[in-house]
Amino acid sequence: MLEKALSGNRTYWTWIFFLLAIIGAGAACWFWQLNVGLTITGLSRDVVWGFYIAQFTFLVGVAASAVMVVLPYYLHNYKAFGKMTILGEFLAIAAVIMCMTFIFVDMGRPDRILNVFLHPTPHSMMFWDTIALGGYLVLNILISRVTLSSERRGIAPPKWIRPIIILSIPWAVSIHTVTAFLYAGLAARPFWLTAILAPRFLASAFAAGPALLILLALIVRRISSFDPGREAINKLAEIVTYAMILNVFFVAMELFTALYSDIPEHVHHFQFLFTGLEGNSTLAPWMWLSVLLAVVSLVILINPATRRSETTLILGCIAVFFSLWIDKGLGMVIAGFVPNPLGQVVEYAPTLPELTISLAIYAGGVLIVTGLYKIALEVRGQMKA
Amino acid sequence: MDGSRREFLKLAGLTAIGATGASSVRASGGASSATGGHAEASSDGVRLAMVVDLRKFSRDGSLAERCIEACHRAHNVPDFGDDPKNEVKWIWTEDFETAFHSQEFHFIREDLKGKPTLLLCNHCDNPPCTRVCPTQATWKRDADGIVMMDWHRCIGCRYCVVACPYGSRSFNWKNPRLGLEDIDINFPTRMRGVVEKCTFCEERLARGQQPACVEVCSNDEIVFGDLNDPGSKVRQLLAERMAIRRKSGLGTQPEVYYVIDDPRTLQEFAPAAVVDGAEGGDHA
Ligand code: SF4
Ligand code: SF4
Ligand code: SF4
Repeated sequence: MLEKALSGNRTYWTWIFFLLAIIGAGAACWFWQLNVGLTITGLSRDVVWGFYIAQFTFLVGVAASAVMVVLPYYLHNYKAFGKMTILGEFLAIAAVIMCMTFIFVDMGRPDRILNVFLHPTPHSMMFWDTIALGGYLVLNILISRVTLSSERRGIAPPKWIRPIIILSIPWAVSIHTVTAFLYAGLAARPFWLTAILAPRFLASAFAAGPALLILLALIVRRISSFDPGREAINKLAEIVTYAMILNVFFVAMELFTALYSDIPEHVHHFQFLFTGLEGNSTLAPWMWLSVLLAVVSLVILINPATRRSETTLILGCIAVFFSLWIDKGLGMVIAGFVPNPLGQVVEYAPTLPELTISLAIYAGGVLIVTGLYKIALEVRGQMKA
Repeated sequence: MDGSRREFLKLAGLTAIGATGASSVRASGGASSATGGHAEASSDGVRLAMVVDLRKFSRDGSLAERCIEACHRAHNVPDFGDDPKNEVKWIWTEDFETAFHSQEFHFIREDLKGKPTLLLCNHCDNPPCTRVCPTQATWKRDADGIVMMDWHRCIGCRYCVVACPYGSRSFNWKNPRLGLEDIDINFPTRMRGVVEKCTFCEERLARGQQPACVEVCSNDEIVFGDLNDPGSKVRQLLAERMAIRRKSGLGTQPEVYYVIDDPRTLQEFAPAAVVDGAEGGDHA
């Protein structure tokens, strides 16, 4: 089936080469990083995880969100998602691969990556995260391959795949839960030391992921004869709405606990995020933008008229996605390190090479999505000439 | 002095056994780390600890610097000058209030206020750093409680740095040799991309030497020894003096103690000769 990604018209190839160019620039920066070390990033002794790990965290959420189409379709036999499941699964595959790449570029000694498997360590959450992500990737590749090839041959998918699909549902929840556990179990970092972290990760994932899926489905509809169907889009929009409301609610829970208890070690991180601390307010404008986008998105999504109108829905989805990207892909990780364990406020900003490498990994993800979606459309004979 | 020398050699011998792996010490002392208790829980093993006597440090303004120098020289710790981004350090100073910032000291004694306080890895009895490491490249040695590092196994994920509540760990953002002028061939240099920290001088202990930073202190400003030995100097000091640990409320059981008694309780201090600038009894 893969060969179907290797033929296409001019626009297709222009797009592919555009992505490859970005990947090339990122690869060059990565070789530079391999040669001189992570010193080319903005990371430091105090802020040891930054943009890479934040993108990883955000994308685990995107990967997990496939469950929002898989679950209604397979568990509740919700037929309207029939055409969407494969898009969700392919998006999950791309997202997991991006996650793994972000971890890889963040490693000080990528040449020793096998040590994680040579010395398996169950008391490390990173070990479980590796298993969860790896397993999720395998599950999604297997499921999408089997269901799509059955579809191509016009037969029903084999029976044995169903339990595997069902397994992928709790597995999706597990990847983001374990990712939250990477952070939430650390006595050293009061900002993450909250039981709401995993639920909040899931809520934001189930808002941002389906929002992205709506946008992708609408793009695909434009360039092919694929039509996700009004009902599917509307249902997804409802899911985004509920998840976003839950996410905002969880954030409010967190703010209440931290601010009302007024424990300095907890309050300081929120101060750093929203007002700046000791003159360092690098993240404050971003966080307020995130708040603004969240409000805008909720206004659009909660109101049925604007949720059902495609133009406003698109705006709402973009707002959800970027609001949550700022929250998780910038604020969540960095604020955990500022102030540092000694109470000192330290600076961090990603450098140009760091951003280029990150952009390249995103471009790689887009490339994978492009190729896989093309395969799905070809198989269904929905590709425009 | 003689007594302490003897105590020390005994300790070094035990540590050397520990370093070779299989030993009765390891087998019998193993129960301690799981429960998070220390002295009481493993009374037949060795539990190395350090007591930094801040009273005595007030007598010698440059001593802390000399300790740092001795450690960093002995362990080829790179110096990148004024480049906080690439900084690597095993032992360093912060002023007293920062070192104990979660305790919120206010209106404290003059001799403690802003005092440069030595910080290093606490070799915690219940270390969060080893718990999170995905490759066991950092682990707690059963025989003596040293939190070890394997620079050949570390994958550079920095999870241990994130998990340490004390900022004790450094990552090599770039080739550390670039920050070394002369290299001590008795100790390995590290490579770029791995984490490092104080190792309680386990290589010196194995040779029967005191830790480098302890050796610099001629007057027991830092005392090093076995917490499980009731006769050891560390135990004596802890029994007689007021000592605190950093963020002890987190349950990590740090094994570096700081004596914060009034320096005037030191017998050899004549009342007039207290810390320079302390001008008598203006302490809170
Ligand atoms: S001080 Fe930090 S690095 Fe040292 S043992 Fe404790 S947690 Fe680990
Ligand atoms: S940086 Fe090295 S020692 Fe630290 S957790 Fe990762 S592998 Fe373990
Ligand atoms: S015990 Fe050894 S390694 Fe640790 S700070 Fe002192 S000299 Fe350095």
